[in-house]
Amino acid sequence: MSPTVETLEAMERPPVTMGSRIEGELLEVSMGPQHPSTHGVFRMNVALEGEIVRKLKPVFGYLHRNHEKIGENTSYLGSMPYTDRLDYFCSMTNNWAYALSVEKLAGIEVPERAQYLRVILAELTRLQNHASLLGFLLNDMGAWGTPLMYAFREREKILDLFESLSGSRMMCDYMRFGGCRCDTPPGWMEQAKKIVDRFPRFIHELEQLVVGNEIVIGRTQNVGVLSPELAINAGITGPMLRACGVNYDIRKVDGYGFYPRFKFRIPLGEHGDTYDRLMLRVLEMRESLSILQQAFAQIQPGPIVNPKVKIRAFRPPAGEAYGRIEGPKGELGFYLISDGGPNPYRYRVRPPSFINLTVLEDLCLGHTVADVMVILGSVDIVMGEVDR
Amino acid sequence: MIGTGILKGMAVTARNFVGSYFDKERLITVQYPEERDPLPENRNFPFLLYDGEDQHAGLRCVACKICEKECPPQCIYIVKSEDKKPDYMGKPQFYPKVFDIDISVCMSCQICVEVCPFEAIKMDKDFELSKRERFDALLLRKDELSKSNEYYHKIHPIEAAAVDKNLADAAAAAEAKKKAAAEAAAKAAAAKAASVGGAGSVPGNLTASPKAETPGSTSARAPTNSPASSGSSSTPASS
Repeated sequence: MSPTVETLEAMERPPVTMGSRIEGELLEVSMGPQHPSTHGVFRMNVALEGEIVRKLKPVFGYLHRNHEKIGENTSYLGSMPYTDRLDYFCSMTNNWAYALSVEKLAGIEVPERAQYLRVILAELTRLQNHASLLGFLLNDMGAWGTPLMYAFREREKILDLFESLSGSRMMCDYMRFGGCRCDTPPGWMEQAKKIVDRFPRFIHELEQLVVGNEIVIGRTQNVGVLSPELAINAGITGPMLRACGVNYDIRKVDGYGFYPRFKFRIPLGEHGDTYDRLMLRVLEMRESLSILQQAFAQIQPGPIVNPKVKIRAFRPPAGEAYGRIEGPKGELGFYLISDGGPNPYRYRVRPPSFINLTVLEDLCLGHTVADVMVILGSVDIVMGEVDR
Repeated sequence: MIGTGILKGMAVTARNFVGSYFDKERLITVQYPEERDPLPENRNFPFLLYDGEDQHAGLRCVACKICEKECPPQCIYIVKSEDKKPDYMGKPQFYPKVFDIDISVCMSCQICVEVCPFEAIKMDKDFELSKRERFDALLLRKDELSKSNEYYHKIHPIEAAAVDKNLADAAAAAEAKKKAAAEAAAKAAAAKAASVGGAGSVPGNLTASPKAETPGSTSARAPTNSPASSGSSSTPASS
């Protein structure tokens, strides 16, 4: 006879177990910082009633490494490689946001080819970030490995492109004030076009894996619903905000870079639950592909960097600037105050995943512990950016 | 019907599994130590370039310490020499007595390469760097850092060709400038008077191409070079 709950209870069950439901009593469980699904070193103190989350207190700072203070003590150029380490999945967009704010500060023009390359690289970053996020999210739901490996297979092709362009897979350090560091190697554009042409096959496969899957639907629909009012009040940006139906994309609102030259749509969600956040990323990948195709058609040879910008002893005039872009995770902004010296007086990062994480408790209340992992996965955090 | 979504997903995994036997795009891993994918022109840690055969004589670095100052994680340590020796263009320059890079601190950002005005420091792509010693093995000294221009051409062919062209252009421009200056000086000297007859010979010597001068200077460099090399090798031993 196989043991059942009753027989276990009689034989070997300890008198009080974790998760046993005692009316009105809360059990505090510390999830993390080394929980395998917590996306980095992130800890949550969860107060449970049975299996239901009644309170959730995020604890972070385990990866804090003084990014902003280091930025105030190194030269403007010296901070550029450190921005790669913020959100180590999307170093290209981090570079762009920082370069944009310094260009605003110093009033630097960017040549046309560099602008197009920046758009191409940012959209490739968005593709690989969303692909790997979907893989991780399915991983959290129990689809161990398989979708993640499919996603990483596609991501690796894009990282190969980054490597042959900038010399490094993830820590690209590619953008410079007034342009980009080096031109594309011969054959790079053709290879990029080929990868972008082949990418829809991956999206199609992923949709077949996800869209109608009953387990995915059961685990994500009506889980972690975020209302548009709360999202706007809490300063949520990026796919998480658009999943609750708020039409706000900095690519359209600010029109930074050359984005006004491209035709693309902003996908919007309806319910603001985890399923919407998941599917919105699939739709965003499709729009990114269309932007990439347009950029490949429009890009022309030309200078890659503004020759007026000095590499050594770069000193922007005194003043302040806030440059922001639509990163794959949301609004990524850099706020700089210059006193005319070689390093910024104040250097502040507005990281999207840190601010998106602030509503985690509101999303998780009333759901089970297993849902907390899925909701956390759908917020799309990278601890390098949250802790800085 | 419930379950069709899961079956659809399983069809995708089955297609990927079977496809991995036939389609190169579905199986992209290689058995690493035996099989190796060709590397693109990537970068990891910096090295010092030298021209010619001798790594002490041909070192391009003039110990200007700009890279040391600009390096964000401050992993470069340079001690400037007291004496000067001729560089690859025959111009007397300082040279680094000590040049250390702690590659366990280095973050491969390439800023030292960008700020170097002499094209003396470049990025390597050797990635198999594990060492058995715990402390000093990843602190690379000048001797371990210096690598030849041929090596640079081998790892970064396009970039190295561009760098060589830039250097040749700069050398040609410098030579042309020197020639023009010498001609102007000669003209001025000629116009001044014929009172000092020997003055014309000095600019004449300068215009006699520096290339012809280099072999002479390397032989002249040899005595200054040997104390320099012994100095650089004695410093790590004493520290």
